[in-house]
Amino acid sequence: MSKFKRPSGRKMDEPRKIEAEVGVIARADGSARFKIGDTEALAAVYGPRELHPRFLQDPKKGILRCNYNMLPYAGDGSRVRPGPSRRSKEISMVTEKALTPVLDLSQFPNTVVDVFIELPQTNAGSRCAGICAAAMALADAGIIMKDMISSVAVGYVEGNLVVDLDGPEEHMGENESPDIPLAMIPSTEEITLLQMDGIVSKKQLLEALEFAKPVLKKISDVQKQAIKAKYELGERK
Amino acid sequence: MNQEVKDHIKNSLIKGVRLDGRGPQDLREISIELDVVTTAEGSARVKFGDAEVLAGVKMSVESPFPDTPEDGVLMVNAELLPLSNPDFETGPPGIDSIETSRVIDRGIRESGCVDTKKLCLVKGEKVWFMAVDVHPINYDGNLIDMGGLAAMAALKSANFPSIDKDHNVDYHEKTKKKLDISGLPIPITVCKIGDVLIVDPTDEEENAIDARLTVTSLDKDKLCSLQKGGAKPLSIEEIAEMVELALKKADEVRKKLSEVLK
Repeated sequence: MSKFKRPSGRKMDEPRKIEAEVGVIARADGSARFKIGDTEALAAVYGPRELHPRFLQDPKKGILRCNYNMLPYAGDGSRVRPGPSRRSKEISMVTEKALTPVLDLSQFPNTVVDVFIELPQTNAGSRCAGICAAAMALADAGIIMKDMISSVAVGYVEGNLVVDLDGPEEHMGENESPDIPLAMIPSTEEITLLQMDGIVSKKQLLEALEFAKPVLKKISDVQKQAIKAKYELGERK
Repeated sequence: MNQEVKDHIKNSLIKGVRLDGRGPQDLREISIELDVVTTAEGSARVKFGDAEVLAGVKMSVESPFPDTPEDGVLMVNAELLPLSNPDFETGPPGIDSIETSRVIDRGIRESGCVDTKKLCLVKGEKVWFMAVDVHPINYDGNLIDMGGLAAMAALKSANFPSIDKDHNVDYHEKTKKKLDISGLPIPITVCKIGDVLIVDPTDEEENAIDARLTVTSLDKDKLCSLQKGGAKPLSIEEIAEMVELALKKADEVRKKLSEVLK
């Protein structure tokens, strides 16, 4: 087990190189770019704004609406047809559920906060990158949040527990590597996104969750730093 | 759009001033970056001031259309991403997306700068299919001109992926082979607001236009596609003036792109 080397040469608990910045789309109320390795997510927030159709409105609070979309040239192989797919709709839905627990939209009844997530290029981990970008964009838009949301995948590559699987790692070994995308509220360590494909034991699952915790906290530091950087005095990079 | 804002734009233009301080016939500062998307065969990011557009090329091997068995296919698609502007909505492409796609597509296609015969692998069976997707990231007007420029830059930067003897594509291996492109078709949209002609409109200005004319040109005297838009008619004199201005501005933009491609 200890002889296992990741194809990228990364340590087991080492995510790919992260670039994060906010305020990248001038027209949006809040925006962010989160790049991890070759996977890049852009997120733009619009709102709170009036929600149509009206029957979707909640008179007690505003609602969050997320839209995850891969650009047609963002896939690993041939062109992805534009427009929503079963996959993108499901990811949009779990992204909403991952972010909602930290938001306080009680002051904005009958409104919607729209989050549009676009992926210009991907190499595994796109939903996690999308969630990281969306959380930063929401903060940039000044939406009231209890905490950041940070997201990364953990998984077993040829039986070895690793964080942030890249494209080659997802397809290593005889079967597909078990892959567990996670999102967490860093301060309370509560999980807001949990999915998996592949086969693991109960023990392996719990080990994986514990393994991801410190990595997610580090990612949240990067996200928070990016938001602070926008408001730092002096010359911007 | 608010009538007061429209009037303000119109009245300022009479004095030769635009809301962002430009003169009527000034383009915003242009920047062009190539190869910005690793998963695309070719890509480009074009900025006009703060406005940003991304274009990506994907290539695949497909069956040709039955009426053109020896021709490859080049297709341009633009989508108004709701990420890029508060007024855009999700859902199937609306008429603005479709017009943008088709005007950019027509400019490139009719210029003949890509010889589709050279994209044929096996007559009647296998041809190269080039899909150019254009997306505003930060939308602030003038998508046809920005998208047309980005599409050309992306096509120029593209490398063919490798194929085996059965013409199966391996997207993980790019070859050094570039697409054969002769000439640089550049679209320029001239807008008429009141009696003033402007180029490179912002989103606000686009909402105030009376008429517009997109002229795609290959050089100072070679037009390859036209599209009139807007509700008001244009006199032949006005058209002459608009074409003249478009050709001049296209030359500026073409020089800029040529520099970046060097």
